[in-house]
Amino acid sequence: MVSSLSRAFAAAVAAFACAFAAAPAQAHPHVFVKMASELVYAPDGSVTGVRHAWTFDDMFSAYATQGLDQKEKGRFTREELAPLAEINVTSLKEYDFFTFAKADGRTALFDPPVDYWLDYTDEVLTLHYTLPLKKAVKAKALELEVYDPSYFVEFSFREKDPVALVGAPAQCKATMAKPPEAELNKARRLSEAFFDQLGAGTVDAQLANRISVAC
Amino acid sequence: MRFSRPLMILAVMLAMFGLADIVLVDAAGHAQGANPFGGNPFGGSAAAAPPDGIVGWLLAKQAEFYRGLSTLIRQARTDGTAVWGLLGLSFLYGIFHAAGPGHGKAVISSYVIANDETWRRGVALSFASAFLQALVAVAVVGIAAVLLGVTAARMNDAVRIIEIVSYGLIALIGLRLMWVKGRGLVSALRDRNHENHAHAHHDHEHHGHGHDGHHHHDHAHVHSHHDHGHDSHGHRHDDHCGHSHGPEPKDLAGPGGWRRGLAAIFAVGLRPCSGAILVLVFAFAQGLFWAGVASAFIMGFGTALTVAAIAVFAVGAKGLAMRLLGHSGGSGVLVLRGVELLAAVLVFLFGLALLMGYMANERLMGF
Repeated sequence: MVSSLSRAFAAAVAAFACAFAAAPAQAHPHVFVKMASELVYAPDGSVTGVRHAWTFDDMFSAYATQGLDQKEKGRFTREELAPLAEINVTSLKEYDFFTFAKADGRTALFDPPVDYWLDYTDEVLTLHYTLPLKKAVKAKALELEVYDPSYFVEFSFREKDPVALVGAPAQCKATMAKPPEAELNKARRLSEAFFDQLGAGTVDAQLANRISVAC
Repeated sequence: MRFSRPLMILAVMLAMFGLADIVLVDAAGHAQGANPFGGNPFGGSAAAAPPDGIVGWLLAKQAEFYRGLSTLIRQARTDGTAVWGLLGLSFLYGIFHAAGPGHGKAVISSYVIANDETWRRGVALSFASAFLQALVAVAVVGIAAVLLGVTAARMNDAVRIIEIVSYGLIALIGLRLMWVKGRGLVSALRDRNHENHAHAHHDHEHHGHGHDGHHHHDHAHVHSHHDHGHDSHGHRHDDHCGHSHGPEPKDLAGPGGWRRGLAAIFAVGLRPCSGAILVLVFAFAQGLFWAGVASAFIMGFGTALTVAAIAVFAVGAKGLAMRLLGHSGGSGVLVLRGVELLAAVLVFLFGLALLMGYMANERLMGF
């Protein structure tokens, strides 16, 4: 009888664990970013940083610009958007700018962003900024991943010129890879962040939009 | 071994409660457990059974529903009929998004289990909290954006304060339930001991009478005292054990009963959902704030349906388990009390995890 009691309790615990685990499921992004990224090279052929242009979806753009001072309705100048751009880059630090780089398999770190500004065209915001690498690297294989592990923001390459190499040696070639649809579907059902906190999260990198440069 | 059959049934029922979430809303993600990657319904995989496939497909379409909202609000600017599409999509989005974080599904179902609620109250709680959630979203955007014209950053601050209050309340409710249910479990344990040691009856009877003095506590305490009472009067009500734990009419209708419910409604419903806020601000920016308001309430209605369905399932599973356990006396009560305590602990943990930011909730906007 004791064993059946404990079995019942085990089942109960399992059931609740299920309910608990299912609780944060069904995450879906509330912000959509169409991105274009340029890898910037120094004359000596080393990579110095990444230049991002992230275009937000219309709902987020409306939300972010809510209440901002504007001279002309429906238009925002770069100056009017400067305080917002400041907030953007400051807050993005917490998320490592959703940008993760590896040079020949080793993690490369970034300095705080420079040259950042927001542009408002066709009712959507585009955040332009440059992430300088802490140390310029010469790498045979450079990997750049852009994604939000918690899947609040969905990043995807924009259709036109999503990746460019600026001033790269002629032999360098960039390829890009989108996250597989199956991974996106999975993320849509399960909040990765929750599983990360349980120490089980290894799948999140599958969400990454990957740029690989081989020289 | 005479308890093993009902206990196994209870275990199955509880597993079903746990699975309720999955069956109703996570079909694609969990029910196809054998396929960890969920499978792409369009991938031509023969493994995707049609119902799961459809549900899974709808779930995967959630983000598209959401994006569709902005398209329809835009269209509504020039074409009034697009509003109907907007309302329909808001409803679907509410239903399918309800399972998402911040929508109280887990808190409400744990709460109804722990607090021994009826399904009617489960439904009422779900609808009231979803309605409040929509109301708060409309109020926040209406006051902050429409009336005061504050920036998004200010709005985030306001929502953050509301969040802290809401999560704190959830944790407090959990704490209170843990106290009540912990005592329930202790008294059930004591009852069991009395069963085994019939001689203790006399002592116990005195205790039982002594406890009457404590009835002024609050209604939720009544349950545990009742159990105690049954037992102390010489097991006369033993055969009713399985039934005596349902909420009694006075618990439901009494002022304490509704006050308890109100606390849960506030705790869960206070936090507006990010989706609704974004839709409202966008609608306002498009000069169609009222369309955003309608969308937010319809979304809330959809959310309520999903949460209510899960709450009803949870209550039904527990009720059935209780009936099946009606004949097993002490140990059945013990299991039920244990489960209720577990559910109470969960409510507390939900609140705490949300409060500490350990549980990924919908970020309103990090940047």
